[in-house]
Amino acid sequence: MTDPEADGSAGLESAFEEPAFVPYLAAGDPDFEASVEYVEALARGGADVVELGLPFSEPIAEGPTIQQAVVRALDAGMTPERFFEFVEALDVEVPLVCMTYYNLIYQYGNGETASDDRPVYPFVERAAEVGIDGFVVPDLPAEEADLLRAACDEFGLELVFIVAPTTRGDRLETILERVSGYLYVQARLGVTGARADVSDRTAESLERLAAHEGARGVPKAVGFGISSGEQAAEVVAAGADGVIVGSALVDIVAEGHENDDSTEAVAARLEAKGRELKEGALAGAQRRPRPEGT
Amino acid sequence: MSTETKFGDYGGQYVPEALMPAIEELTDAYERYVLDNEDGFVDEFRQRLADFGGRPTPLQRADQLSDRYDREVYLKREDLLHGGAHKLNNALGQVLLAKYMGKERIIAETGAGQHGTATAMAAAHLDMPCEIYMGRRDINRQRPNVFRMRLNDAAVNPVDVGRGTLKEAISETMRDWAGSVETTHYVIGSVVGPAPFPAMVRDFQSVISEETRRQFDEQVGGLPGAVVACAGGGSNTMGAFAEFVADEDVDLYAVEAGGSSLSVDEETGVAPNSASLSIGEEGVLHGARTKLLQDGHGQIMESHSVSSGLDYSGVGPELAHLVDEGRVVPTNVDDDAALEAFHRLSREEGIIPALETAHAFGFLEAVAGPEATRDVELPETVVVNVSGRGDKDLESVIEETDGRDIEGAPSMEVFE
Repeated sequence: MTDPEADGSAGLESAFEEPAFVPYLAAGDPDFEASVEYVEALARGGADVVELGLPFSEPIAEGPTIQQAVVRALDAGMTPERFFEFVEALDVEVPLVCMTYYNLIYQYGNGETASDDRPVYPFVERAAEVGIDGFVVPDLPAEEADLLRAACDEFGLELVFIVAPTTRGDRLETILERVSGYLYVQARLGVTGARADVSDRTAESLERLAAHEGARGVPKAVGFGISSGEQAAEVVAAGADGVIVGSALVDIVAEGHENDDSTEAVAARLEAKGRELKEGALAGAQRRPRPEGT
Repeated sequence: MSTETKFGDYGGQYVPEALMPAIEELTDAYERYVLDNEDGFVDEFRQRLADFGGRPTPLQRADQLSDRYDREVYLKREDLLHGGAHKLNNALGQVLLAKYMGKERIIAETGAGQHGTATAMAAAHLDMPCEIYMGRRDINRQRPNVFRMRLNDAAVNPVDVGRGTLKEAISETMRDWAGSVETTHYVIGSVVGPAPFPAMVRDFQSVISEETRRQFDEQVGGLPGAVVACAGGGSNTMGAFAEFVADEDVDLYAVEAGGSSLSVDEETGVAPNSASLSIGEEGVLHGARTKLLQDGHGQIMESHSVSSGLDYSGVGPELAHLVDEGRVVPTNVDDDAALEAFHRLSREEGIIPALETAHAFGFLEAVAGPEATRDVELPETVVVNVSGRGDKDLESVIEETDGRDIEGAPSMEVFE
């Protein structure tokens, strides 16, 4: 694990000092300007970290809601370079994590600045320049991540990994050796998407991680399926350090887009939803069983 | 024995974390059952290929084509395999493996429908429930195959995202798998995807070149001068090449779909071809690092081919590696040439080939036909892999032939 103090970007881990609300939006959905407003609204609503999706044409880990967001953003002209401009245009204090697929990271700068043995470096360097704090790359398992891990270390970025309900044993070790920032605990099998209930497997996963020596000191943020303050509270009560919410927020963006609502109206809804989720996360901490001896 | 996960720089396992344990489980099963023949898996597979599949398929001399091209042309008749395409070799192998692994459900994706059909047949044969994902556009292009899958009791799930072809169907099947991985095996239809799929599918398909090698030696003597196969994802290609890769004297030609043009439209994100070996660039898609049709930003381009079975933006990582090594020569022919070849083979040899396969014959015409346009020195003996039969393509061929001026094509009168 990377020492956050050593690389000078303690931003991400300190974001989890209290139960954190981590929203996800696809950058540029439905267009550049509105999307900037939406991210800023979520920051006002209490976001502690924002996961910004850089849209890829084949988002294999995403359900229909985020797939459609990706299509809207791509249709509106989102590219990796526009994404970096997007980050620069944001007026927010919270740490930012770029969530994207490996091919975009791998291709960036190809043929211009990248030397053959150092693909991914141009992308990471540019991300660091605009103020990105870390990455989540859903199609890059820890085994394939040495190159990106090294680049992140060089430029002081965190590399977040997803732990699935099926992740056990050696695989968990491999992930814990390489993760920094936080662990993205996938609440259930399948793809992203809002669900009505919180999976039992969330608590199981959190227990498994709590029992693991190597996972101590890394915040655990739970995502996949969380859509309400009550669910956020449940997840935090079960031991999570934060909740990641994507599809439920993207739904608000999609609905506003379909109904032709004003950017301000949609932003206000996102801010309110954000507040509900943040308050839910905080309330969840009150429900935690007190550890013995404290 | 252990699994090849990388082919030079290509291959690997680029999949969501939820799938990684399944990939490990599959790797373990592949090593035990396929590589080490534990519990007699390979024997059972071979027996079923013979009894249910109808192997070995013939290696047949093509008399008219031999005259036309002034050399010995042999056809490896995978179109005579049960189901009408080489696809059964892999589908039967994987469904049987899933059974050995104790999986309860089969899912697969399909482009032309041949893989879906083969998987549905294998699943029915081995009594496993089966669901097939297929792009909406391909469903419309390949209605007979959709019906065949349903006849074999498989559910066909239409995929509406994107352009509704194989690329989208693969993504959608991966999404299903991510949620059902504990009980379900995903039968990937080509030598693509995360390891161990590329090596495993090649192994199941290598029965093609194993037989070709033996049959050629028995019937002609020695080794053929060249082996020609069409390449989409590359499963019939790797199957036809596998046992010849070590024989440097045998030329290996992978013929891709040149579509309507080799140029790409960066603006619309469409490549009007499926020639990822010829013009693609290295990248990561659907679990593997390989050659891909992609724009300058790394977004995957939509591909095109008159043949839905070749209509894919990627290609098998091992094939990409063999091309880089100079062992396999990548080439391509366009839609027109493939259609011409389709009609020629039907007319002259009495074999109606799949549109995929027709590309391989289009290459023969381009390099050795009476009006050869390409300067390739083709050896004296050539084996062409007839990867499948063309019944499934007749609706497309009727539509595509109408309005084109193809010499020797039958009258279109009744269809006008």
